[in-house]
Amino acid sequence: MPLPADTDATTPRHLRDRYAIVGVGETPYTRGSGRSTRAMGTAAVRAAIADAGLKPAEIDGMLSYQSGDSTFAPFIAGDLGIRLNFYMDVFGGGSSTEALIGIAIGVIAAGMCKTVAIFRSMNGYSQVRIGGTGARSAPPVNGDMLHSRAYGWQSAGQMFAPTFMRHMHDYGTRPEQVAMVKVVHSEHASSNPKALYKKRYTVEEVLASRFICKPLHLLDCCVETDNATAIIVTSAERARDLRHPPALIRAVAGRVNKPRLDMHYQHGPISTVAGHYAKDILWPNAGVGPEDIDLTGAYDAFTFTTMLQLEDYGFCKKGEGGDYVSSGITRLGGRRPNNTSGGHLCEGYTHGMNMVIENVRQLRHDVDDSCPVGPDGRRVHTHDYREGGCRQVKGAEVSANLGWAMPGTGSAMVMRRG
Amino acid sequence: MGIAADYLGMSLRIDDVDHENLDYFAHCAEHRFHLQRCDDCSLLRYPPTTACPWCASPNASWAPVEGRGTVHSYTEVHHAIQPQFRPFTPYLVLLVELDTQAGQPSAHEALRVVGNLVTPDGQLAPPELVARVGIGSRMRMVFTDVGEGIALPQWTLDEAGAQPAAPWRYPG
Repeated sequence: MPLPADTDATTPRHLRDRYAIVGVGETPYTRGSGRSTRAMGTAAVRAAIADAGLKPAEIDGMLSYQSGDSTFAPFIAGDLGIRLNFYMDVFGGGSSTEALIGIAIGVIAAGMCKTVAIFRSMNGYSQVRIGGTGARSAPPVNGDMLHSRAYGWQSAGQMFAPTFMRHMHDYGTRPEQVAMVKVVHSEHASSNPKALYKKRYTVEEVLASRFICKPLHLLDCCVETDNATAIIVTSAERARDLRHPPALIRAVAGRVNKPRLDMHYQHGPISTVAGHYAKDILWPNAGVGPEDIDLTGAYDAFTFTTMLQLEDYGFCKKGEGGDYVSSGITRLGGRRPNNTSGGHLCEGYTHGMNMVIENVRQLRHDVDDSCPVGPDGRRVHTHDYREGGCRQVKGAEVSANLGWAMPGTGSAMVMRRG
Repeated sequence: MGIAADYLGMSLRIDDVDHENLDYFAHCAEHRFHLQRCDDCSLLRYPPTTACPWCASPNASWAPVEGRGTVHSYTEVHHAIQPQFRPFTPYLVLLVELDTQAGQPSAHEALRVVGNLVTPDGQLAPPELVARVGIGSRMRMVFTDVGEGIALPQWTLDEAGAQPAAPWRYPG
């Protein structure tokens, strides 16, 4: 599909297609890595550099995100013998991936460095449990937390649930519709050799799993995971002579938020999420709209987060997210598959980076499924989406990633096959 | 001086420089609900902030506010994170929209105050009470004393007021 070019340097659109993701890498998705976040981060960055066809010395920028649960860039760079011209370790979890890609583009455009490695390394199961038990619930409750944690209102699921519940109230969204997000992602994971959970689930199984906090059943929630992920961002010009077809970045929106982020529930409708605002940056800058997108990576910390974001970015009408995610559209073989790796619900929880990695591989037409590898080293895809089969989207040209931090904050990115 | 208290296995602290929270909870400790009212635009705000979210004015005064409102949304927690909440599961976390300043300054804005569903004497509610509350339930504020200089504002059913025939609850 021909996409519009825009060379008007007075708008952010002039950066369209000028930067690319050229390398991706990860460590196994596990529960019990037996390794430090430093060792995993080093391995993931090393794998991403190799995937790009670069040498470590060709990386001169590094970004990471963490929430007091990881290793900083200087140690990863040091371990790989990389001297950096730029680095920054940002506080944050979900929605950071796309935001940091935007920062990488900015610092390269500013001439501060040429090629940036971005990583996230976390023992989200065996060290700092992402579900909120253990270290995350130990510190004193002070400041703003006096108005949340003091009420036993602190884990991600607990904090987001009022948004989910109000969506059901306002629009008649039904549990069995939302459960389809897990069903579909589990189908995708069943063809992903890397996925932590490869079992296919039914709607009935999701609804029969125990409640964590209403409206969330256990199987509406993502999987606490030990893992590191990394990507390499550089200019489209530099990307040309590297190993893979580049995933060109059309546009990014980073940590766009709803009003009153100190407690976003003050400003309604509370069943609307940050994508409502981010879409007005994403689509104009990308020069495409939801109808042009071949596959999505809508963050699935919970089944509901996928649905809410697809809705607020305009893939369906407001309030019709339940219909959208239960219609088959988001399934491999459907009109616009979502999270073809199985996402956070099944492949593993990485605060968003694995969904970007998956879409990069999709745009290369080289997703690492069970299809045979051809003489050129690339997979020969069958597009047979049965269990243990293919997960390559046919003719994938343009993708959208919709990153979630919480109902009030989101990031997004559109990429196209270069 | 700061405040320290233990509540359900959690260490609650208000730092000595956190004047906004010290003032807020000092009123709560006297079982009075006060919010900051902007001296310039007159809007009330919740929770305490260091400037006005609407006009950025740093000037505010504490004003008494009626602790009465309607459940706007909620979650029913079955898997407690804090171990000492476990005996009380399922417990409710409520977002209650105050009658005061509802729909101001724009239609979708309101003072939505967090609290657990509690009994009139401030204890986390038993299952039979939990089962009665949902979106639309009418609530009144009570306080749970947790220590010197601090009590938590909480919500209990407004038994004297009119209740919806059937508040909206998660199906099933």
